[in-house]
Amino acid sequence: MLPLELKDVCFAVNGRNIIDCVSVQIGAGPRTIILGANGAGKSVLMRLCHGLLQPTAGEIKWRGGNGNRRSRQAMVFQRPVMLRRSALANVVYGLKLAGFAAGECDLRARDVLEAVGLERQADRPARILSGGEQQRLALARAWALGPEVLFLDEPTANLDPGAARDVESIIAAIHATGTKIIMTTHNLGQARRLGDEILFLSQGRLVERAPVERFFRAPAAAEAAAFIKDELPWQ
Amino acid sequence: MTDLIRAFAEAFDLISRLDAKLIEIVALSLAVSLTAVAIATILGLPLGALFAVGRFRGRQMVIVLLNALMGLPPVVVGLLVYLLLSRAGPLGALGILFTPTAMIIAQAILITPIIAALSRQTIEDAWHEYEEQLRSLGAQRLTASVTLLWDTRFSLVTIILAGFGRAAAEVGAVIIVGGNIDGVTRVMTTAIALETSKGDLPLALGLGIILVGLVVALNAGASVIKEAALRRYG
Amino acid sequence: MAVVRSAVIGLGLTLAMPAIQVAAQKPFITVASTTSTEQSGLFRHLLPAFEKKTGIQIRVVALGTGQALDMGRRGDADVVFVHDKAAEEKFVAEGHGLARKEVMYNDFVLIGPKLDPAKIAGGKDIVAALKVIRTARAPFVSRGDRSGTHAAELRLWQLTGVDIASSKGAWYRETGSGMGAALNTASSMNAYLLSDRGTWLSFRNRGELAILVQGDKRLFNQYGVILVNPARHPHVKKNLGQAFIDWLISAEGQDTIAEFKINGEQLFFPNAAAR
Repeated sequence: MLPLELKDVCFAVNGRNIIDCVSVQIGAGPRTIILGANGAGKSVLMRLCHGLLQPTAGEIKWRGGNGNRRSRQAMVFQRPVMLRRSALANVVYGLKLAGFAAGECDLRARDVLEAVGLERQADRPARILSGGEQQRLALARAWALGPEVLFLDEPTANLDPGAARDVESIIAAIHATGTKIIMTTHNLGQARRLGDEILFLSQGRLVERAPVERFFRAPAAAEAAAFIKDELPWQ
Repeated sequence: MTDLIRAFAEAFDLISRLDAKLIEIVALSLAVSLTAVAIATILGLPLGALFAVGRFRGRQMVIVLLNALMGLPPVVVGLLVYLLLSRAGPLGALGILFTPTAMIIAQAILITPIIAALSRQTIEDAWHEYEEQLRSLGAQRLTASVTLLWDTRFSLVTIILAGFGRAAAEVGAVIIVGGNIDGVTRVMTTAIALETSKGDLPLALGLGIILVGLVVALNAGASVIKEAALRRYG
Repeated sequence: MAVVRSAVIGLGLTLAMPAIQVAAQKPFITVASTTSTEQSGLFRHLLPAFEKKTGIQIRVVALGTGQALDMGRRGDADVVFVHDKAAEEKFVAEGHGLARKEVMYNDFVLIGPKLDPAKIAGGKDIVAALKVIRTARAPFVSRGDRSGTHAAELRLWQLTGVDIASSKGAWYRETGSGMGAALNTASSMNAYLLSDRGTWLSFRNRGELAILVQGDKRLFNQYGVILVNPARHPHVKKNLGQAFIDWLISAEGQDTIAEFKINGEQLFFPNAAAR
C-alpha cells in the first residue's frame, strides 16, 4: 500500500491552518520520525495520514487507492485506551474487528502478548496494568493485526525511562518484521535511536526532510537548527 | 414524636411477623418496578448509546428533550397511559387498564428517559476517551456503541438503579392506571397513600420506612458489587 | 451488560409472572366505587363473603362519585357503586347504565374542632349550623372533587341560601381530594367539614376533631349500584356484574352489610327495595 502520498494537504480549524500545505511521499522501509516542537502539528499530521481526520484541502493517497486500507495500518496513541476487559481480550477485540477468524484470534493474541512480554498478564484486566504494561499491550494490539504501516504518536511521552526502553525495543522488533514505522516524537535521543529519516515540522509546515545522521549533523532549515539547539543546548 | 416512634414500631412489627399482606404488596412492587426497569433498560441503553455516538441533524434538540423528559411528572404519565388504555381509548380493546401490566407500562415510560438520558451522558464521556482508538481499530459506530455499553457497565448499573428508585417510589402514575385495587394492583406507594387517607399515619410511614429500606438495601448491594468489580477490572 | 441485563429481566419476570398470573386466573369484575366505602373498610368485610360464595373477584377502584361515574361512562368499570342519587339517575338516563338499585344508606356528619369557634356543637339543624359557620367565616374544608360527599355539601349550602360559589374566601378551602385526605387537612387546620360517618369512624388521625352536628334527616346518604350498559360497552361482564348487584340487594348481601361494625357501631344500613 506504500508509498503514502500527501499532496498540498491542509487542515484548518476555525480558519487557521494547523497543517499548512504539506506535500510529501513516504515510502516503505526506513523508519520515519515526524519531529517538531509542541504545537507544530505532528499529531494532527499523523491523524490525517491514519484517516482519523480528513484534510480540509489537498489529498492523501495510498498506492492502490484507499480501499480497505484501515486493516493494513494501525496506530498507537500517547495515552493507551484500554478496554475494560482482560489484556488478551483487548488484543482479540482488535483482531475480530480486522476480520480474523475466531479460532485464529486467540492464538495470534497469545503469540503477540508473549512477544511484548505480557504472556503472564494475559488474563488480567487491562485497566489495572501499569502504564508501561498498558503501552506494551497497546503495541501488541496493533502488532497483532500484522499492519503494513504502524503509526506511533509519542508512544513513550508518559512513561518512565525503563518502560520507555521496553517500548523502544518492541518498536524495533516490529520494524524488524517488515512493518513500516511512522512515529512522532519531540525527544531527540529517541529520534536518533529509532529513526532512519526525519520529517521536521514547524508551525504546520514541513520545513525539512533528511536522513537522521545528516539532520542532526547539519540541519538545513533554520527552524530545525534552532529546535536542535533549544533541545540540546550543550551541543 | 410519638407518631414517629409508632411508625418505626409498626414497620418493625410488620416485618417481624412477615405480614402476608405486606409480603404480597412488596412482591408486587418489586415485580412491577423491576419489570419496568428491565424494559426501560432494554429501550433506554441503546437510545443512550445512539444519542451519544450518533451524529444526526437535530441531535442537540433531541438531547435537550430527553433531559427534560427526565422530569416527566408521574401523574401526567399516568393520565396519558390511562387515556390510552381506557376502554374509550385507542388501546382499550386490550383490557389491561387496572392491571400490573398497565403499571409496568406507565413506569417504563416514566423511567426510560431517565435511563436513556443518564446513559447518554456516561457513554458520550467514554466515547470522547475511546473514539480515536476505536476508529483506529476500524470500529463502526454500531460496534463502538456496543463496546462502550459494555465498558461503562458499572456506571450504567448505577443509572439503572436510579431508574428503579424512581419507579419504586412513584405513586402518581400507578395509582391512576392501577387503581390501587386490593390484592391486584396495590403496591407499596399506593398502600402508603391509602393508609395516609385513612389517617393511619404511623402505618403509612411504617410502610414508607420499609420501602426506603428496600431501595437502600438494593442500592447497597449493587454498590458493593460495583466497587468490587471496579477494583477487579479498573 | 448482557449479563446484568438478563439478570434484571430474569428477576423481574420471575417475580412478576406469579403475581400477574394468579390475578388473571379468577373471573373478576371491576367496580368503580367511592373512597368512603373503601376507606371505611366495608369492602374488606363485604367482598370476601361474595368471593367465597361465587368465586368472582371484585376489583374495586375507589374514587370520588363523579370520577367513578366517569369511569363507568368510559367503560372502564363493569359496575358503579356510589352515593349521589341525582348524578346516578342522570347516568342512567343518559344510557350509560342499566337500572339503578338502592343498596344501603348511612349519614353525613358535620365534623369540627372540639373548641368549636362557631359554637354549633350539639345542634341537629345542619342548615342552621352551616349558616353560622359562613357568618363567622370559620375555616371550612370542602372536598371540591365532584364526589358524592361534595355534591351533598353543595346541596346543603344551597339550602342555606348562601351562594357558595361567590362567597368562597380564605375560610372556605377546597382540597380537591378524597375523604381521608380532606379529613387530614381539616385535622391539621382545625377546620369544619362534612364527612360520611363511615370514613369518620374508621379515620385514625382525628386530632382535635369531633362530630358536632348529626341526625338531621337532610344528612341522609344513600348508596346505589348500577350495571354499566353492556349495549354501550360490549366488554362489560354483564352476568358477573349482575350477580354482584343481585347479591348486594339479596337478604344475604344486606345482612352482610349490616354486620359491618367498627367499635360496635354499625356503619351502613341496608335498605334495598327487594328486602
